[in-house]
Formats: sequence, structure tokens, C-alpha cells
Amino acid sequence: MTASGGAGATMTELSLHRRISVQRIGAMILRYWYLLMSSWPRLLELLYWPALQIITWGFLQLYIAQNANFFARAGGTLIGAVILWDILFRGQLGFSISFLEEMWARNLGNLMMSPLKPIEFLLSLMAMSLIRLAIGVIPMTLLALIFFHFNVYGLGLPLIAFFCNLIFTSWSVGIFVSGLVLRNGLGAESIVWTLMFGIMPLACIYYPVSVLPGWLQYVAWSLPPTYVFEGMRALLIENTFRTDLMLEALAINAGLLVASFWAFLALLRSARKHGSLLAGGE
Amino acid sequence: MTGNDDASSPPTVADHISSAAIEVARLVKVYKQTRAVDGISFSLPRGSITGLLGGNGAGKTTTIAMIMGLVLPTSGRVRVLGHRMPEDSAAVLGRMNFESPYVDMPMRLTVRQNLTIFGKLYAVRHLADRIAKLADDLDLNDFIDRANGKLSAGQKTRVALAKALINQPELLLLDEPTASLDPDTADWVRGHLERYRKDNNATILLASHNMLEVERLCDRVIIMKRGRIEDDDTPDAIMARYNRTTLEEVFLDVARGRVNGAKEGAR
Repeated sequence: MTASGGAGATMTELSLHRRISVQRIGAMILRYWYLLMSSWPRLLELLYWPALQIITWGFLQLYIAQNANFFARAGGTLIGAVILWDILFRGQLGFSISFLEEMWARNLGNLMMSPLKPIEFLLSLMAMSLIRLAIGVIPMTLLALIFFHFNVYGLGLPLIAFFCNLIFTSWSVGIFVSGLVLRNGLGAESIVWTLMFGIMPLACIYYPVSVLPGWLQYVAWSLPPTYVFEGMRALLIENTFRTDLMLEALAINAGLLVASFWAFLALLRSARKHGSLLAGGE
Repeated sequence: MTGNDDASSPPTVADHISSAAIEVARLVKVYKQTRAVDGISFSLPRGSITGLLGGNGAGKTTTIAMIMGLVLPTSGRVRVLGHRMPEDSAAVLGRMNFESPYVDMPMRLTVRQNLTIFGKLYAVRHLADRIAKLADDLDLNDFIDRANGKLSAGQKTRVALAKALINQPELLLLDEPTASLDPDTADWVRGHLERYRKDNNATILLASHNMLEVERLCDRVIIMKRGRIEDDDTPDAIMARYNRTTLEEVFLDVARGRVNGAKEGAR
């Protein structure tokens, strides 16, 4: 076997992922669960920022609603946007932090030498992002209900469509940045924390796409979260569920997930070629 | 096949049919301008313990990493337990294991939790019994429910060894297994490795700077220098060839280029 091979070799690796072991995925979830339960600062961090976000933006929404008819009519758009943004951001962070735990623990070599396959590793990180999200965001939604009378669950079935699209995007970003850290070491860690903020202005979280310049709107519509936030506003302001937006977002997300997985395998292969799996540091 | 070969030579049919535990053929690894491993070849029979010796930067860790599939060779071929690495790694990773100073076990997890997770990753049957046996064999019971990060260096090494043995591997790759251990614990670990090899007919490849360890454990020694194999034989044969009484003296001769014709008899 030589280091050459590139895309063809990566596709071969993709084809090796047919037999997925639920037991190995379960073992990795157990590993992260043990870690969470052994560390109260990690648990607190999951709860702290979402709670702070919802309180800050909730009071802002209250203030605006008292002073502007539009926002009184469109009650909940800000709080709704904050909650949905947190699903997107915390979903990616939950994925990436679990991955970083392996880098910080210098455990990646043990995992890569074990029968754990890359796809199983990624699936366990996805599961952990859901668990971490639940710990952080469910209390956040309860705070929104108690303090600001905004019931995100009142969105009904559309909430499931919003959630699925956001979580798929968060996983795609998480897989890609994890690959970057795998290849470049912990020197690339800051990308984990900042990349999602790069798409924040373009995803039109707090304002409609129409406020962007025409050429930038094309960029915005290439991002699945844009469809979700537009869909949320349509639901809250016009009481219309835009199925078309959700389906378009789903199609883009499918492409992003495949592309990010391919990128992860290519970066893993590059890490093996350059010996980064043994170095692991900066 | 042993020694250093021209990396451009085509692999032979024999490469595919051997039942050796490890076969390395014309292995080369180049990092930018550095040839970390330079066309080495060797074959390790099953049930053997082989010591991989060499100074810092000799290429030992890179060689072991390529055998494990953690590093891709620039050229050459590695076969482990009859399978090509890393292409067929899924077929062999469950049958081998390793211990290395370049990796750690998760610090916040207890010893039992760590062994449970790795046992599940390796699909170990009757895992609780296996952990109990390892805890007895490696004397882990006093701290098995303590976080790994709160253990002494010696205790951590025993835990790492327990992880390396969790799946009763047919092939064990050890990089400096007794580094940072006091002489008593190190001797105890060596004894355990000897027993493990004998009881399981396991193959062990051991990279070490501890020459006494290699003399005691290994029935074969491969000496590396600047990515190439300098010598490859039994410890006694190598010491006789260099006209030395210890491997440490041989090591110093090789490191300092004091060969004095000893290489003429090398195979």
C-alpha cells in the first residue's frame, strides 16, 4: 500500500463501511457519557450559555414587542430564532467537542488502532451531539415558556422539520471541522469554535433574506439554515408552513453530509500520510 | 526476507502466501525531505518476540505505526496476520493491540470504565470476567475504580498493558512498554509479557531503549539506524558478531559507528 491513491482510495474506504457495529457505536457513546457524568463543569457549560442566551434575547423581544406593532404581531420570532440558532450551533459544538475530547485525551491513536470504523466514530459523535443538545436546549425551551410565554413545542410538526434540517447542517460542519483538526492537530481547534459564526450573517437568523443585497442572497440560499429561518418566520408571522423550503433544505443537507463525510475520510487519509495521528498536538 | 531493499523492486508472490505474523517488504516512509524509514524488509514468525532497537530518530516508531496502519507508507508493503495493511485492517485490528507512549487512556474515566469501553470496541465476550482476570493478573484491583488521571506512572503503564491485552491479541506491538517504570515494576511487566506470549503463542514486537529488557525478552533483535536495518539476528549472535558481552555495548557501537567489520557476518 502506498500513500498515493487520493479520491479513489477514499471511495474504497467508503465502501468498507458496510458492516456497522451498533456495539462499537454504543461503546463510544458510553465513553462520552462517562466523561459527562464525571465532570460537573462540562455539564454546567452545556446549560449555562443557552440559558443566558434565552434570557437576554427574551427580554429584548419583550421590550421590542411593547414598542412596535409588527413585533407584537410576530411574537416569538426573536426567541424562536435564538432557540433554532442554538440547535444549529450547539449541535455542531456537541459533535466537535466530543471529538476534541479524544484529541485532548491523546486517545485518538487507541481508537484508530481499534476495530472502530470512521463511520461508527462519526455516528457516535452524532448521537452525542443530540444528547448534549437535549441537556442544553430542553431547559432553554422551558425557560422561554416560563419567562416569556413562548412555547417552541407549539410550533408542532414543523418544529421537527426545522430541527432535522438544522441538526443535519450542524453535523456536516462538525464532521468537516473534525477532519480539519484531525489533519492539522489542535492548532486548528479555533475553527471548531468559530466556523459556524461565519455563516451566521448569511443564514438570516434574525432578518429576512430580502434585506441582503441581491448577489448575497444567492449565497444565503445555498445554506440550509436560511430555509429554516425563513420557514420559521413564515410560520410565526403568516401562519404558513413552507414545505417547499424544508424540502429544498433537506436536499442541500443531503449533499453537504455526503461531501463532509468524504472530506473527513480524505483528511483522515492525509493525516495518516503525514503522521498526524501520532503527533496530535499543535 | 530481511534487511534493506530497493524500494522499486516489485513484490513477489511469496509476499501474499506467507503465514508470518508480520511481513514488511521494502518499506519506505518519507516526510518531506526526511527518509524516516528507508526500504526495510523483515518477517516475524508467529509466536516470536522481536526487539526493535535504535536511537532516537532511527525509525522504530514510524515502522510500528505503519504496521498498525496509523501511518501510510510512501512505498512498500505491510502484511499483518496474513492481511495487507491498511487495506484489510478491518480483518486484523480486532486480533492485534498495542501500547505506546504516544497515546493515553482517557484521564477522567476510571480504569474499569476504560477497560469496559475498549472491551466493547474489541467485542470481547464475557467482558466482566475478562476485566476481572486482567485486574488479578496485572494487580489492578486496588485502583480499578479510580480515575486514570489519578494513577502513578507505574499504575498507568499497567492499565495501558491491560488495555493492550483486553482482546487477548495474537499480535502485540509495544513501544517502550517499561519506560518510566521503577526496576521492580518493569521486571514484573516483563515477566507478565513472557507468560502471555507462552500461554497464547502470541507474537510480540517490542521497540525499546532498554537493552537488558530486550536481552531478557527477545529471541530476535532488529537494530535500526537512520531508517535502515543495521543488523537482524538473535541477541547472542549479534553480541558475538560485534565481539561484545551486552546489547548495550552493541547499541553504542552502532550508534557511534564503531562497527569494525562486524557487519560482514550479518545476515
